[in-house]
Amino acid sequence: MSIFRLFARPRSAPMARERLQVLLAHERSSVGNDLVTLLREEILAVIAKHVQVDPDKVTVKVDRDEHVSILEIDVEIPRGAAVMAA
Amino acid sequence: MGKVVVVTSGKGGVGKTTSTAALGAALAQRNEKVVVVDFDVGLRNLDLIMGAERRVVYDIVNVIQGDAKLPQALIRDKRLDNLFLLPASQTRDKDALTPEGVEQVMADLKRYFDWVICDSPAGIERGATLAMRHADMAVVVTNPEVSSVRDSDRIIGLLDAKTMKAERGERIEKHLLLTRYDANRAERGDMLKVEDVLEILSIPLIGIIPESSDVLRASNIGAPVTLADAKSAPAMAYFDAARRLAGEDLPITIPGEKRGIFGKIFGRKAA
Ligand SMILES: Nc1ncnc2c1ncn2[C@@H]1O[C@H](COP(=O)(O)OP(=O)(O)OP(=O)(O)O)[C@@H](O)[C@H]1O
Ligand SMILES: [Mg+2]
Repeated sequence: MSIFRLFARPRSAPMARERLQVLLAHERSSVGNDLVTLLREEILAVIAKHVQVDPDKVTVKVDRDEHVSILEIDVEIPRGAAVMAA
Repeated sequence: MGKVVVVTSGKGGVGKTTSTAALGAALAQRNEKVVVVDFDVGLRNLDLIMGAERRVVYDIVNVIQGDAKLPQALIRDKRLDNLFLLPASQTRDKDALTPEGVEQVMADLKRYFDWVICDSPAGIERGATLAMRHADMAVVVTNPEVSSVRDSDRIIGLLDAKTMKAERGERIEKHLLLTRYDANRAERGDMLKVEDVLEILSIPLIGIIPESSDVLRASNIGAPVTLADAKSAPAMAYFDAARRLAGEDLPITIPGEKRGIFGKIFGRKAA
């Protein structure tokens, strides 16, 4: 390989890094992750007992850190949703 | 009670067996009692890398099925008398290892050895989950390359979900071992950087093993690289990783960091 081509060629590692970050963020929280799926279903069931929510508006995500995992639960409750319990 | 370590990766061919042999021998070279256990049933290779292939009589499946006692299946290393191998069988029966059998073998080995190092098969199926099941610590072997990093991420998820420790709500100690690291390619920007892999996987680094023909040479003669050539770059990196595994706090060095293009042109011996 010519030394000039070597200098002209863009570095590929930064792209690898970016693609991995996007992919893994998705894979860590998507189906197939048993725990997240289970938590999502059970959390949804508990909320549904008291408030009407759209199942698609509930996101459960796990982010990993060196020492702990952070479980993020995001529930969108529509204004005026019937509150069934006191 | 000894510590159980699983050497795992998800992806195949990244250096699990090489690392199991090298770390096992390195710990034994520190005078600890070590057994390396081959979990790759059907595709055993650890016996070959350890240079013990002609001495295998019984294997882990024979022990689990009651055809042999554990001490009969253990092979003592010819060079280090505190290093042992428990070989895998060549059977194609995937269910030859039972969860109860593995539990019993692990419990017995832990009583006699300081370190029980389990060489996991590739993949995320039964063989890999059985190998990690009783581990106190995991060495996640990763190459600085996209598919290996992705598979390591899957394996880390499994370690946090499917091990006994995880199920008991305890934390399984996980360490990243970066292998087949090529300083020249890293310098050119065509290999994922150490920091990138660390940031993506977020587990602590236990060592960086350079890509090296010394590894191939060691496997040809049937010796862990730390025994074949203790002064070689990969051997030194494995010695350091073994010390960190044993709890020592050492600064990490990136292999061949200083070696530039001139080293290559003038043919200095590669790492
Ligand atoms: N640091 C290294 N430098 C050069 N070659 C290496 C290095 N580490 C491993 N190899 C080579 O890579 C190949 C695969 O290594 P090894 O068998 O240890 O991987 P593995 O993860 O156990 O594979 P499998 O998933 O098939 O069990 C071997 O030919 C080995 O010699
Ligand atoms: Mg192997």
